[in-house]
Amino acid sequence: MASWIDYTVNGIVIGNIYALLAVGLALIFGVSRLINFAHGSVYVVGAYAGFLAVTQLGTPLPVTIVLVVAVGALLGLGIERFGLRPLQGYAHIAPLLATIGISFVLDQLVQLSFSPDPRALPSSLLDTRFQVGSGTIGALDLLIGGIGLASAALLYWFLRYTKLGWAVRATAQDRDAARQMGVDVDAVHRTVFAIASGLGAVSGLLVGMYYNYIDPAMSFQATLKGVVAQVVGGVGNVPGAIAGSLLLGLVESYGIALFGTSYRNLFAFILLVIVLVLRPNGLFASRRQTPPEPMTGTFIAPSKPLNVPPKVLLGIAGLAALVPLVFPHPYLMQTLINAWLYALLGLSLTLIAGTVGLVSLGHAALLAIGGYTSALLALNFGVPVGLAILSAGLFTALLGTVLVFPSFRLRGHYLSIATLAIGEIVSLVILNWESVTRGPIGVSGIPSLSLFGIELDTDRSVYWFTLAVMVVLAALQFRLLGSHLGRVLRAVRDDDVAARSYGIRLDRYKGLAFATGSFAAGVSGAITSHIYSYINHETFNAQLSILALTIVILGGMGNVTGAIVGSVLLVGLPEVFRVAAEYRVLIYGLVLLLLVRFRPQGIMGTV
Amino acid sequence: MSSMLQVRGLTRRFGGLTAVAAVDLDVAEHEFVSIIGPNGAGKTTLFNLVTGLDEADAGKVSLEGRDVTGLSPDRLAALRVARTFQHGRVFANLTVLDNVLVGAHVRFRSVRPAWPGPLSLLDPVVELALALVRPGKVKAEEARMREEALQILARFGERLLPRKDNPAYSLSYANRRRVEIGRALALGPRLLMLDEPTAGMNQTETAEMQSLIGDLKKTGLTILLIEHKLDMVMQLSDRVVVMDEGHVIANGKPADVRNDPKVIDAYLGHRRTDRPPVAEAAE
Repeated sequence: MASWIDYTVNGIVIGNIYALLAVGLALIFGVSRLINFAHGSVYVVGAYAGFLAVTQLGTPLPVTIVLVVAVGALLGLGIERFGLRPLQGYAHIAPLLATIGISFVLDQLVQLSFSPDPRALPSSLLDTRFQVGSGTIGALDLLIGGIGLASAALLYWFLRYTKLGWAVRATAQDRDAARQMGVDVDAVHRTVFAIASGLGAVSGLLVGMYYNYIDPAMSFQATLKGVVAQVVGGVGNVPGAIAGSLLLGLVESYGIALFGTSYRNLFAFILLVIVLVLRPNGLFASRRQTPPEPMTGTFIAPSKPLNVPPKVLLGIAGLAALVPLVFPHPYLMQTLINAWLYALLGLSLTLIAGTVGLVSLGHAALLAIGGYTSALLALNFGVPVGLAILSAGLFTALLGTVLVFPSFRLRGHYLSIATLAIGEIVSLVILNWESVTRGPIGVSGIPSLSLFGIELDTDRSVYWFTLAVMVVLAALQFRLLGSHLGRVLRAVRDDDVAARSYGIRLDRYKGLAFATGSFAAGVSGAITSHIYSYINHETFNAQLSILALTIVILGGMGNVTGAIVGSVLLVGLPEVFRVAAEYRVLIYGLVLLLLVRFRPQGIMGTV
Repeated sequence: MSSMLQVRGLTRRFGGLTAVAAVDLDVAEHEFVSIIGPNGAGKTTLFNLVTGLDEADAGKVSLEGRDVTGLSPDRLAALRVARTFQHGRVFANLTVLDNVLVGAHVRFRSVRPAWPGPLSLLDPVVELALALVRPGKVKAEEARMREEALQILARFGERLLPRKDNPAYSLSYANRRRVEIGRALALGPRLLMLDEPTAGMNQTETAEMQSLIGDLKKTGLTILLIEHKLDMVMQLSDRVVVMDEGHVIANGKPADVRNDPKVIDAYLGHRRTDRPPVAEAAE
């Protein structure tokens, strides 16, 4: 039984690291009602700042910690000042999207400066381990536990006994009242971001030392873990965040003990979805939820959409169809094929996030479901490719809706977190379910596109096929929006309480919209898999979900034409300017950030 | 007169506060009942409990003899209970006409055929298909509802009709309230529940709203009204119910309620000291 003590120690240590993240997230949520998706990036910056200090300056541990806290706090101040403060009074979703943009920019900057390869972060602590019963505790374990306890005590003292701490608590309870009583709310925000980011950065340093390993990709996972811990403990609840973190650390550690390392994240996300669905106020909330506040008209930036007459749209589609004849340039056609496939993804998300208001952050999972379904149907059962793609679309609609259905009762940011977690779960199931998905090896030798037995083996035929599928689905979406359903779905988005009071069953219409949207995404993933002939669990990664969101916001939420325009611009422009691949994600992040700030209604306007 | 709405012992607690305390309420068919009371008396909470937006801790609500306690808001809407909201809840990005058409949602039949038993799982798929294909029946229904919605807008004179294609967020506050009432009428309500329809309106607008509600009363519609403007309440109501701190403290004809000492007390302040209420109110 020796190992149980080790696993417990490990769980508590990891829980402490999560707590440093989650407490910061809770503080930020408390004062600004925002889930800060850039928090993981602060953690990564903290890890790399520590790495630089240790390897380049040779700083001793206490100095390293102080340096890392300072870097984190400064970064937090910067995020608050330039990313979030300008967005006061914007739609609820704007600051959330801004933190996503900031996180992409920071992660890419770290990646460009230090390369995506992992680095070792040596710990200057002696590698002594103390015997405790039948297990052992290392010096680093004690340090991490100590820092966790010290931070919690310091934070308690700050919130309880300092004037600024009172101001923080007052702002968290009632922002407007606090402001009227003379609390400088901006100063509170600065303070909270500085503290939260300082803690987050230390967390990155400690985790780097613990595993002797850092890489830029750990940002996204860190954000997710912090969010999970926070949601489990009750969003915005500081002691709850600590308890949630320790629980999460232990669940993961015991999960690894029982099932193996590759299941770690699966446990975390399943825990998150279960808590979200069953106890959306967290495990420690006791009071029944009071009725939600109205969000009328605050979710989506009001605007007059640009209405392009159908004839003009048909004309443009006709011109697009002529491209292979007039400019038969393979590179141009490849780019446009990509654009049409992303446009399908955009159509899907613009219906789900824009029209009915379910801001999904896990949309890439739908591509993955579609891609794998079609590939496996064609490979394992010899289903003709055209039929496989259609079946994949239908299966994606069904499975996607079934997976998300329990989360439909969540509102706003909570739904976004749930979709994010469900997306991660799908990707982890694909990775781990080797008998069906072939696990990390991926699926290769996927039959190329064909329709009614005719091989689409030229660029030109693939181009026409993808364009035709995209145009047909776009036309159907137009028709949907023009029917009573368009009205009903947008009513659900604008005010779900009023919609319910007028007989609209929310689950039914959210499900209907989600299924319809998922069909387009599934078809897009399916076609992609046949074009690539090889896919694995990373083909449809989380970055695609963010790209999809950027496409949709660029075009205008809910706007069908906008989804296509956004896709052509985001896929096409980097090609035109020959931007190197590693800068593209940086550009997507920047575009998202600038859009949210300067043109939240997008190019074509929200519908 | 048969009973349209019957509420018995309805109770809702928020933590230590009892917002609605064992309230009994009856509204007969074709009756016009107003609920008045100071802010925080529990009037809107009572509305939320009756319409299913909030869950009661105890008590029973019946509609035409049928127990509807705890029924979801959409089921109640299907039973033709329409309500407006105290702070206004229009669909901001929808046009005025579309807002009213959403009100008619439960009356769209041909686009939403209800299949029996387990087949009902396919209902949304059928609805989607009908919305995309739009056979003649569906088109005719949409046209009929649209025509009716325009007639409802015409009730508000020149206030809404010229703006029927404008998004609701572009309307004035008073016009948004009108849109809400239009949306409620589109439901074809058997019971219409209005929560402070004249809040934030000036005198002219209030008078206009009062005459509109008076017209609705004349059509025989059963109406339950929450309102602070007592002139309007006294002129329109068949019966007035007064609430204070969650309790019904008076219930009767407008003239009787007006002179009820308990009501005057509730409005002017509670006698907690030996001082006469007038002195307290003067402070």
